[in-house]
Amino acid sequence: MVMRVVFVVVSLFTLVMAFMVVSHPTLFSSALYLVATFLGVAGLYVLLEADFLAVVQVMIYVGAVSILIIFAIMLSRGMMGKRTSSHNRQAKWVALASLLLAILLLYFITVLMRWPAVQAGPVPAGAIQMLGQDLVGRYVVPFEVASVLLLVALVGAIVLAREREI
Amino acid sequence: MIPLSWYLIVAALLFVIGFYGALSRRNAIAILMSIELMLNAVNINFLAFWRYLTPEDMAGQVFAIIAITVAAAEAAVGLALVIAIYRSRDTVSVDEVDLLKG
Repeated sequence: MVMRVVFVVVSLFTLVMAFMVVSHPTLFSSALYLVATFLGVAGLYVLLEADFLAVVQVMIYVGAVSILIIFAIMLSRGMMGKRTSSHNRQAKWVALASLLLAILLLYFITVLMRWPAVQAGPVPAGAIQMLGQDLVGRYVVPFEVASVLLLVALVGAIVLAREREI
Repeated sequence: MIPLSWYLIVAALLFVIGFYGALSRRNAIAILMSIELMLNAVNINFLAFWRYLTPEDMAGQVFAIIAITVAAAEAAVGLALVIAIYRSRDTVSVDEVDLLKG
């Protein structure tokens, strides 16, 4: 029961912050709300007992990605640029489509889909050790591909963003 | 214990919010932020299914880690593109970046 209350509080916080991200007219405030959303998602990971992923979420998203976004906002004129409307002309229709999509998804999840009555077993004690062993054992190829992808993205980002004309 | 469907509902709503932002914002950085929201929703689903279906198998967590890696790469390249566009076109509004429009 306590868990459910905590879950509802954390997810409401996450969803409200996410809504502020997409609706706030000031870009910089959106970025700060995005940080709050990431923290809320990390809270959901904690509730799912994925401790390592919660720490990764805080370090990568709250630590790195939001800093990157705030830097990009400060480097472009987004923060102090001239006031234009922050949403485009089709925003009304997109809102309608999103609402329909939300209703469809909720209908699918709650009514249509019969989730197997799973009783979640306990997370094994050495879950983080198992995760580490799997990352360099069974899943070593995706792990290496991901690291090559990060390297390529790093080099690509530097090439794209550097000052000199190509 | 929290039912599995609650996590799926939260993830679906987070995804829809990101979907709305990605299609309705003018600013390219705001669009990237919305895409991050959608990717976070996907990760919540990965971890929810991992927790409820196969907690003894770490495949779900590995998948979430790979997804976070790809999201970080996407953010880095996307923001570099935004900065490059800003430098050459002096705007980050996607409505004004219309070189390819006939």
